[in-house]
Amino acid sequence: MSILVNKDSKVIVQGFTGKEGTFHAEQCIAYGTNIVGGVTPNKGGQEHLGQPVFNTVSEAVKATGATVSMIFVPPAFVGDAVMEAAEAGIELAVIITEGAPVKDMQMAKAHATKHGMMTIGPNCPGVITAEECKIGIMPGMIFKKGNVGLISKSGTLTYEGANQVCNEGYGITTAVGIGGDPIIGLSYKQILPMFEADPETEAIVMIGEIGGDLEIQAAKLIKEQITKPVVAFIAGQTAPKGKTMGHAGAIVSGSAGTAAEKMAALEAVGVKVVVSPAEIGKAIKEVLSKKA
Amino acid sequence: MNVHEYQAKQIFAKYGVPTPKGIMAESVDAAVEAAKELGGPIWVVKAQIHAGGRGLGGGVKLAKSLEEVRELSDEILGMTLVTHQTGPEGKLVQKLYIEDGADIKDEFYLSVVLDRKLEMPLIMASTEGGMNIEDVAENTPEKIITVPVDPAIGFQGFHGRELAFGLGITDKAEQKNIISFAQKLFKLYMENDAEMIEINPLVRTGSGEFLALDGKMGFDNSALGRQPEIAAMRDLSEEDADEVEAAKYGLSYVALDGEIGCMVNGAGLAMGTMDTINHMGGTPANFLDVGGSANAETVAKGFEIILKNPNVKAIFVNIFGGIVRCDRIANGIIEATKITDVNVPVIVRLDGTNAAEAAEILKGANIANLIVGDDLGDGAAKAVEAAAKA
Repeated sequence: MSILVNKDSKVIVQGFTGKEGTFHAEQCIAYGTNIVGGVTPNKGGQEHLGQPVFNTVSEAVKATGATVSMIFVPPAFVGDAVMEAAEAGIELAVIITEGAPVKDMQMAKAHATKHGMMTIGPNCPGVITAEECKIGIMPGMIFKKGNVGLISKSGTLTYEGANQVCNEGYGITTAVGIGGDPIIGLSYKQILPMFEADPETEAIVMIGEIGGDLEIQAAKLIKEQITKPVVAFIAGQTAPKGKTMGHAGAIVSGSAGTAAEKMAALEAVGVKVVVSPAEIGKAIKEVLSKKA
Repeated sequence: MNVHEYQAKQIFAKYGVPTPKGIMAESVDAAVEAAKELGGPIWVVKAQIHAGGRGLGGGVKLAKSLEEVRELSDEILGMTLVTHQTGPEGKLVQKLYIEDGADIKDEFYLSVVLDRKLEMPLIMASTEGGMNIEDVAENTPEKIITVPVDPAIGFQGFHGRELAFGLGITDKAEQKNIISFAQKLFKLYMENDAEMIEINPLVRTGSGEFLALDGKMGFDNSALGRQPEIAAMRDLSEEDADEVEAAKYGLSYVALDGEIGCMVNGAGLAMGTMDTINHMGGTPANFLDVGGSANAETVAKGFEIILKNPNVKAIFVNIFGGIVRCDRIANGIIEATKITDVNVPVIVRLDGTNAAEAAEILKGANIANLIVGDDLGDGAAKAVEAAAKA
């Protein structure tokens, strides 16, 4: 078992024939991801990486039965692409593109929610179920199959965390990079319960960072719903205070969203919080050996 | 990206958001000319810098004659203005805004920001205008009214009524004025991809009009490509020169006051590396994310920028390659040692995509000063040790 995606997930790629789309789709196929086609307007009917290309997502879904889309379109077209996927009946859109305008994501996410489509990202490494299905840009070889679920705002800290877990002799069920943009799709609040429900996941690594209050919301949820051990790291304990001119944003998001505040909230609900990402592997070993 | 008050007011004017009349001036003579053109009888001389708290810092002053405009302009232009938002080093005033004095009956606060929790724009208002809004939120949160506006439906009549009644505005003509003001402000927020607009104070005049006495705007950097007029308002002299230089090469750099230079891929790992160094008793000299498209040239540039800082006693290169290929980073390090005189120990930890090839490349290059870190913890420990010895 795993969460969100597995070896049977049928995946299409939006922005299939572009440079990034091509490079990463190829890597995903090599990893074993069931990529059944892709979408690039005006290239419909062609074949790319051995798979059919369609002009629209709706054509692609009808022809292939795809339920997941990996989105690589340029930033200015991300909102459009997400809304198209939502209306075409895609169930999960994984948005890799970095630099999508925030306004576009507001509209696109609201539209996705209305159509019952889950989104991951934007500006994220994607999602990987170890040794089954990689939808994103992460180096697949570091994710060995195992019993630890991982969720992270940061791409490279996802790799760092997964690598340490595997070096300690454990492995990963599914790892989800949720992205660090102001507006993101699935977050801790939705994904932690999925790991709780997944019988193969025995422990969870949660990696957050300064800004916003998603980690605080996660702490509340952990207290109420999560019984599996959670190891957390919050990046940015030593980051300088924001240099932003305006201070209005900080008021809305509550108190400043500092690392210290988030770490304390998580510790208070029984999460094992580490002060350096170098200690994630050891902490997982500790919680799992205690459990055994 | 942030803009100056005078630029924010240009945008306000375009959308019919009322502001006092004003003219930007870059010299004392131009300031006096501007005052003449505005006509008086009173003027406000305002320093234009990208920071709040200008009034308290002595950067906003009232003039009652053209002579006073000249005196005050001469005093403010070229001064280093220190406010609670500039840091102790302050900011050099290079531009003035000369503005008509306004007939102020009372002061309000009004802003539009993105509410990350609701995932939509939020209009915030308060009767406590002219105050530090963070203090108002802390001490009297009931005096802040919040009205979220779903962009899918836009600004509706009820949004306006919530705002007007919330602010205790009972006169019907005044209600109409404040609602129209907020509606236009919301429209310009959406159409210009603004991140935030803050008007503090928003004033009610003796005749029941509302005027934006101040104006701050920040924009979504990701949307500047489709907002050429906004992008053209960027004032590079308000930004850190090293950060601007780094950004040209796709590097994200922030100077700090420690001793260990850091070069990392990914913002999260970069912060995590700083945290680890700190935890081990060292101090990071900077935040530097080489980004996803790092190559030999950008890595070499990164070294150059880090080494400009005389406090740097060691450099920790910490890369976990995903899209970034470790062999390219290794070549960049070699390149950097050829171009720049790297006279401090360099601790290198390369993991992930093509890490084995990278290790071979570095071994073959035989660089003095180069120390290999086995993993994040080991690399950080060696960097802290090297900096302590230097």
